[in-house]
Parts: sequence; structure tokens; C-alpha cells
Amino acid sequence: MQKVTRETLIEKAIALIAEEKVNRVLGWKAGEFSYDVTPAVFNDAESLKKDFVFTDFCGANFSKYLVKETKKDGKVLVFLKPCDTYSFNQLLTEHRFDREKVYVVGIPCDGMIDENAIKAKVGDGIISVTADGDKIKVETLYDGVKTLDKAEVLSERCANCKSKKHVAYDELIGEDGEVADSNRFDQVEMLEKMTPDERFAFWQEQLSRCIRCNACRNVCPACTCEKCVFDNPNSGVENKAAADSFEEKMFHIIRAFHVAGRCTDCGECSRVCPQHIPLHLLNRKFIKDINTFYGDYQAGEEVGSRAPLVNYTKEDIEPVDAVKKGDE
Amino acid sequence: MRKCSLKDLNALFGKISESATLYIPVDLENGKAVYKKYSDGMKMSDALKTERSAKDFFFPQIETLMEFKTEGKNIEIIDTRTETEDFVVFGVRGCDAKSLEVLDKVFLAEPVDSYYQNRREHGVIVSFACSRPSETCFCQTFGIDPSEPAGDIVCYKTDSEIIFDAKTEKGKALMSKLDAVTENGGEEQVEKQKAEIKAVMDKLPLKDLKADAFGADKTNEYFDRPEWAALSESCIGCGTCTFVCPTCQCYDIKDYKTNKGVQRFRCWDSCMYSDFTLMAHGNSRNSQKERFRQRFMHKLVYFPTNNDGMFSCVGCGRCIAKCPISMNIVKVMKTLGGKENE
Repeated sequence: MQKVTRETLIEKAIALIAEEKVNRVLGWKAGEFSYDVTPAVFNDAESLKKDFVFTDFCGANFSKYLVKETKKDGKVLVFLKPCDTYSFNQLLTEHRFDREKVYVVGIPCDGMIDENAIKAKVGDGIISVTADGDKIKVETLYDGVKTLDKAEVLSERCANCKSKKHVAYDELIGEDGEVADSNRFDQVEMLEKMTPDERFAFWQEQLSRCIRCNACRNVCPACTCEKCVFDNPNSGVENKAAADSFEEKMFHIIRAFHVAGRCTDCGECSRVCPQHIPLHLLNRKFIKDINTFYGDYQAGEEVGSRAPLVNYTKEDIEPVDAVKKGDE
Repeated sequence: MRKCSLKDLNALFGKISESATLYIPVDLENGKAVYKKYSDGMKMSDALKTERSAKDFFFPQIETLMEFKTEGKNIEIIDTRTETEDFVVFGVRGCDAKSLEVLDKVFLAEPVDSYYQNRREHGVIVSFACSRPSETCFCQTFGIDPSEPAGDIVCYKTDSEIIFDAKTEKGKALMSKLDAVTENGGEEQVEKQKAEIKAVMDKLPLKDLKADAFGADKTNEYFDRPEWAALSESCIGCGTCTFVCPTCQCYDIKDYKTNKGVQRFRCWDSCMYSDFTLMAHGNSRNSQKERFRQRFMHKLVYFPTNNDGMFSCVGCGRCIAKCPISMNIVKVMKTLGGKENE
């Protein structure tokens, strides 16, 4: 696969600005270390050359930023990885932004790195991380330079990548990939095999760590309500902190139901969770069940698709059968 | 100074637990460290920092302040306090120990928050020097020396021992109960470790970060700076930075009707949230830029203005490690903070 570099992207961005196809660029700025890149908007060639970076840590899904970006004048250039394009389409399906105000350049992706996975292997004190083919070199404060396989420090969502194929773009850099044969439901199956008590204990343990920072919700491309019920003092269910274990679960389970059938499994919820709760597993369970009950369905695969949960066909499973299947 | 072999640590923990509730940092299955109430045989984490700070013990995320019962025209106030039990927090780092001094300025100023005050009086802080600080650490920017952390007892951990240096009356009282599991000595190792820590501090990537450009009475200098727009542009408005922060102190209080009466509930609030300081007239900060600016102005300007120049950041680096978009106070300081941070 063609490895996309910072220079390629800057060149493309500058050309598109020069051709007046776009007015600004959504990209990344470097941080203090190798891994802490921040999404940023660039307005001209000069700032792109100075500050634009692209590394194995540029994992953030930019699709949701388009809701805000397209409210501004002019057209924005966005670089989307294959998985991001599913969220892009899903947002379009839900009429969340104006397609005409976005220029999408699809970029190939061979997986993004999770800095927490590096820290788990080398500990604290990471001075720099440099990519070297399939390997990464980590310079540490205490143990010199360590070499790791990139494969062992990939984000979970990348290790279980569902697709290398872009489902939306105006142009592509490099060859497009294929929908991948992913093992992403393996963990869901493990949860399904648990007894109800074991499963309850698992989620109790995980969700009890929630600090209600709302990062999962705020980053989620399927969560674009103008005002979330949990933030609305007039909704009667406003909830700034969970008062007990019921409320801890309530927020996440309601959110999982709300995005069911719309969640593309982009994995942003788990990426941003400061408490490392595997929230994506809730959503994947819904995806797996939808696949089982209604046939394979991938949210965001095409714009305007009728998702099984908001569609009716005579072949739809009867609720009584779904419950039976769920109990099995 | 007193010392205890790491092999005897559980005996020491057991001894402390006899007279107070003991909290120690332990590793979760996912490798992250959190504080847990000690029970027999529990292993102390070697992690530098717990995921959440020691603030939780003094200013918990949620608490019921009181309850009310109404009968006819009478209101009965029910005291639900639980914060008057002795406890010991073990393994607090210099940044978190300092954060309590910041919180003291808020909660122990008139009118005193008696919930916080009770916990401060009943809590003993056993702090640890940091022999292996993280790349995200910048406590020295705020004048903290991780080789000499604040705390009632300051500890130095070596490969085989923990050395205890009791600093306060509370610390000495606790230490005196541990005579059977500790012995005199350790001064030499402590001096050696202090020197090693100073050497490590000089290698940290953020060692040159300066806060001198910020401080008291600089509101006008920074409030309208154009850089706030770009700095806050990709902020997703979550509360992560505020909730993992050891010094963030904003809270919300609400009365809830329960089946049995009324409950007065307090929980942390976040300036990043859209309903923060929402009043009858509406909200004074309507954009994420304004909310974002509030957080950093509070840490770097407003707090020092009201508290003799004390900053309300202790450089623990949790926000650096946890922000979903990797925006943080270091980037803000470097962007706004004058020549010395360029």
C-alpha cells in the first residue's frame, strides 16, 4: 500500500487552494511529543508548510468536525481515512451537513497507533516515536531506544480494521483497498458466552469507572443532537454525574440504543475514553445483532440507505423471535 | 527517618488499617493505576500516577450534602455527613499533594466548606517522591520539587525499601503507630535519590516551560488575545481535562425530590459544558471558545489574581495524556506565553 506522507498531503492541499477548489484545510498540528497531534484548520499554503503534520497518530475521525466546519463560508478540504468515510456518509444520510461545502481527499491507511499501547509496553517517559516500515522506534527517558512492531501497538479498531475501502471521496490518493475480513466481533462473542451474571459484573466493573466527561458522546459522529437530553436542564433527565451504578449504566446504554443502526463502528468512543472503558463493545453488540436479525448491514456504506431499524419489510423478524434469539 | 522493607509493606499497610481507612494505588487489569481501599494482601502499584487524582478523597465527584423532610409547615434537616472518619492516602505524588494547597485556598476560605474541611482534618497524606517522572510532567513550572513533595509523611521508594520522613504532627502521630514495622535509617538513600531526581528533571521535555508571563492582574493582557480562537477550534467540549485535573474545583448543587423528601446533591461541574454557570438570564459563555478560555484563564490568571499569585495548575500532565484532541495547558502557555516559551 502506498504510504501517504506529510509532503504529499501538503502538496495536494496547496494545489487545491491554488485552484480555488477549497478555502481551507482540516488537518493536524504537531504537539509537544510525537503522539499528541491536534486537529486544526489551515487557511493558506504558508501555515500548511509550517505546521501541518501527518503521522501514525493522526487517528481522529474528522467527519464530525464537518458539521461545524460547513457552517462557515467557503469550502473545506478534509482528508479521510477509509473508516472515516463511513461516518461521513452516515452524517450525510442524516442531513447533518452540506456535501457541497466539503472536498474529500481519501487517503490510504495501514492502521493508526494507540499511544497507550506503547506506554503499556515501554512505560512512562516517551521522548519520541518514529516509524520505520513495520517497526516503530521509541526513544525513552529511562530505557534507551526500544523497537516495537507497529502491529502490536495499533489501536484496537485498526487491529480489527473493518474496511480499507473509501465509500465517499472526491479524489483518492493511491489505490483504494477492500472491505476487510475483520475479527471485530470476537470480543462480542466472548461477552455473549458469559452468563448474565458474569456479563453484568463485566459491565459493572467497566462502567463504574465512568467519570461522565461525555468525551464518548461529544466525539461520536452519530451523536449530533443540537442539545443532548443529558445536558438539557429542562429535559428532566439532565445528568452531570452519575449518582449511583444505575445512572452509570443508564447513560451508556441509552446512548448505545440511540446510535444503534447508525453507529459505523468508527471506534472514537473507546479511543477518547480517559478511563479506558471499551465502549465500542456495546455498539458492536448492536451491529452484530442487526446483522443476525436483518442481514448484514453496514451503516454509512451508502448515502440514504434505509437502515433496518428505521425500515419495514414483511420479512422482518418478529419481536418474539428476536427476544428468543437474544436469550440463546 | 524510618524505613520499611518492601517485603514487609503489607504488614505496614495492615498496621495503618487498624486505626484508619487506608487507600493505596493499585493496578487494574488494564494496567492503569487507581486508588482502592486497602484489603489484606493488596499490591501497591508502581505507576507514577493514578488515573484520577487524590482530589477525589477531599472533594468527591458526588456527595449528598443534606436531606430535608417536610411535614405540614415544618422542615426537618437531616444530617447525612460521613466525612468525619480518619483515613490515609498512600502514594500521593508531589503534584497531587500540592493540589490540595490550591483547593485549600478555595474551600477553607470564608465561608469555609465544612465537608472539605472535615476531610482535610481527618485525612493523612503519605506522599512519594517521583524517581521516574513522565514526559508529560511539568510540575517544576509551578515551583514543585518532586524530590521533596508536600504531605504529612514524605516517602522515598528504593528497590528494596520505603523510607519515611514524617513532616507534620499528623504524620508523626501516624508514624509513631508504625514502630513495630519500621526501623531507623534511610537518610543516605534519600539524599542519593534526591540527587537522582534532580538529574532526571533536567532531562524532561517540558523542563523549560515557564509560567512567568502569566499571573495576577493580567486579565486584560490575555482575555481578548486572538489566539484563543485557533486554540479552542477543535475542542470537542467534553469535561475530560476538568475531571482528571487535581485542581479543578467547580461544582453544581441541586435539590432533588425523592420519595422520602428532598436531597441536596453536589457534583463536579465543568466549564467546558454548555450549561456551566447557566442562570435565569441565560449563559454568560455561549461559545466553546469562551468556555475553553475560562478554564485556562482561571488556572493562569484569575486564580493567581485572587490568591496571592498562586497558579491553579500543578503540572501533573493528566490533561496532556487524556485530552481526546491533545489540546492542553502547555500548548496554551506556549502559544500565549511570551518570549520565554518560544
